[in-house]
Amino acid sequence: MEKEELYFASEKQAKRYEVIRIVKLCLVYFALSVAALFTLVPFYWMLATSFKTLDEVIRVPATFIPQNPTIDNYLDVFNGRNSILIRYIGNTLLVGVFTTILVVVTTVLAAFAFSRLDFKGKNVIFSLLLATMMVPGEMMIMTNFTTVADLNWLNTYQALIVPFGTSVFYIFFLRQNFMQIPDELYYAAKVDGNSDFKYLWKVMIPIARPAIITVVILEMIGSWNAYIWPRTVSQNSEMKLVTDGLLSLFQSDTGGETSHIMMAATTVVSLPLLIAFVCFKKYIMRGVARSGIKG
Amino acid sequence: MSEFNKTEMPTEIDNEVEKENFFIKIKNFFVSKVSNKKSQKNQMLEWKKDGWKAIVSLAPALLILLVFTFYPIIKTFIVSFFPSYNYQTDAFGQFGFDSYATVLQDTTFWRAMGNTALMVIVSVPLSIIIALLITVLLNSIKRLQGVYQVIFFLPYVTNGIAFGLVFATIFSPMDYGLINSLLNLVGISSVHWTGTAYTIPYWAGIFVITVYAIWNGLAFKILVFLSGLQGIDKQYYQAAQVDATPKWRVFTKITVPLLSPMILYITITSLIGAFKSYSSIVALFGEDMGNGLDETFITAVGYIYKYFNSVTSGGNAELLSVASAAALILFVFIMIITLFQMWANKRKVHY
Repeated sequence: MEKEELYFASEKQAKRYEVIRIVKLCLVYFALSVAALFTLVPFYWMLATSFKTLDEVIRVPATFIPQNPTIDNYLDVFNGRNSILIRYIGNTLLVGVFTTILVVVTTVLAAFAFSRLDFKGKNVIFSLLLATMMVPGEMMIMTNFTTVADLNWLNTYQALIVPFGTSVFYIFFLRQNFMQIPDELYYAAKVDGNSDFKYLWKVMIPIARPAIITVVILEMIGSWNAYIWPRTVSQNSEMKLVTDGLLSLFQSDTGGETSHIMMAATTVVSLPLLIAFVCFKKYIMRGVARSGIKG
Repeated sequence: MSEFNKTEMPTEIDNEVEKENFFIKIKNFFVSKVSNKKSQKNQMLEWKKDGWKAIVSLAPALLILLVFTFYPIIKTFIVSFFPSYNYQTDAFGQFGFDSYATVLQDTTFWRAMGNTALMVIVSVPLSIIIALLITVLLNSIKRLQGVYQVIFFLPYVTNGIAFGLVFATIFSPMDYGLINSLLNLVGISSVHWTGTAYTIPYWAGIFVITVYAIWNGLAFKILVFLSGLQGIDKQYYQAAQVDATPKWRVFTKITVPLLSPMILYITITSLIGAFKSYSSIVALFGEDMGNGLDETFITAVGYIYKYFNSVTSGGNAELLSVASAAALILFVFIMIITLFQMWANKRKVHY
C-alpha cells in the first residue's frame, strides 16, 4: 500500500498516530508469523525426528532439537532394509515423466483440434468431454481395474501411465489459451503456405508455452501424489510408487517404534518436490493460481 | 505479435483466477454455443477439409478417454444395478436395486456420511475463514510478503501420504509424541490421537483430521484469495479511506463481496474435497480408517474403497456392485454441489 499523506493538528497527535500504526503493524506480523509457524512445524518435526536415535525418539518428554544427531536413519533408507524406497522413487519418476509426456501430447493435439479446426460434431464431442469432468474418479476406477486386469497389465508400467495419459481439464485449459491467439496469425501462416500442424508447432505451442508448463507442473505434482490407482494396479512390491510404498513399509505395525526411520523416508520422498518448488517457484505458484485444481 | 504476447501471457500471478474458474467457463461455453451460429456457413465449408486432421489430432486423447473414462462410467452405472455382477467372469446376473439397498441400510455408510458432514461443517468454513484472514493480513504488508507467501504455499507441494505420516508422528498416541509431550507439560494426560493399535476418542480423531485438512488446504486457498484480492480496484479502498470506514466494515462490505466469486469457488472445491478425502485418513489411521474394529473415521470415498479394496485383494467379487452403487451415490452428491455452484454463480455472486 502507498504511504498515506496525512496532516495532524499537532506533533503530539502525529506521534500518537505513528505509534498506533507501528503497533498495528507488529500485530499483523505477529499473526502472520504464528500462521507461518503452524505451517512449518510439520516440516521441522519431520527433519528433527529424522536425525534422532531410537533412544531419543521414545524419550519422554519429546526433545525439540536432536541431542545427538545421527544420519543412520538416512543410511537405513538408502542401504538398509528400506532401500526399496529408492526403487519406488525411481518408479514414480519414470511413471511421472512418461505420464506427463503423454498428457502434454494428447491434450495439446486435442486442444488444437477444438480451438483451430472445424469438423463435424465438434461441439457435441466437446460437450461430452466437459460433462465427464463432473464425474468423480471413483466411478471409473472399478471398471478400469477390470480393464487393466483383462489386458494383463497388472503390475506393469503401462497400467500406471496409459489410463491417465490424457485429461479433459487440461484439454479445456489449453483450448482456452489457444483460442486467445488471434486468427490473423493463422491466416498469415496459411498465406505463407504452412500446414496446420506446422502452425501448431511453430506458433501456437510457443505462444501457449506458459499454459503448457502449467500442465507439466500440475501433472508432475499429481503423479507424485497419486495413491489409489497405483495401489490398486501395483500389488507386486517391485512396482509400487512412493505413496503406497511409504505406507506399506511403515504402517504395518510390528510393535516397534520406527518413526525416526519413517521421518527420514518421508524427508527423502518430500525433497524432490520441494527442490522442484524452490527452482520453479514462480511458475508453480502462477500455474496453480491459474488452473485451480486439487480440490 | 509482441503486443498480444504482453496481454495474453501475464508474468505475475494474475488476477484471472475468477475467469479460470472452469465451471463459469463451461457455462459460457454452452451459452456461446447457442449464440454463435454465425460461422456455421464457414464450418460447413471447412469441416470436410479439416476432417482428417481433426481425426489425427483427436484420436490419441479420445482413444484413452473412450477406454478409461466413457466406457467405465457406463459400465459402473450398469453394474450398480446388477447386484451379483462378477468381474472375473463378467456375468451380470439378475437386475435389481439390492446394491443400493445394501448401501443405504449400511450403518457404516451413514457413519461415512456423518463424518463427511462433520468435516463439511467444521473444517471447510474454518479453513476458509483462516485463509481469508491470512490473505487480508498478507495483502496489507509490503516487507516479507513474498517470504510469507512461499511459506504458506509449501504444504501444496508435499506428498499427501508422507505428510499424513508426519502428522501421525506429531499426534503420536504415545507419551513421547510432540502434542502429548506438550499436553503433559501443562498437566494434561496423553490422548490417543492416531494410530492403529488404540481406541481413538472420536473428538480426538476429528480434531487431527481437521488440523491436517486446514494445514493442507491453506496453501491453495491463500493463493486463490490473494490473486483475487490483488485484482480488486484500489479505488474502493481509497473511497472507504476518505469516508473513514472502520477496517472491519471495509472487510465485510468491500473485501468479502468483491472476493465472493473466489469464496464460492473455494467453498465448492472444499466441499467436494471433503467428500473425496481418503488418503490422509489412511495415513493417519491406517487402511481400516479407524482402530481396526470399526471404520470410525471412514469418509464418503473411503466407503467406496472399503468395498473396492476387498474386491481387488481377492475378496468377494460380487461386492463390486455395492462399490459401484456407492460411487453412483457419491456422483449424485457431487453433481448436486456442482449444479448449485452453477446456479449460484449466475445469481448471487457479482459485484
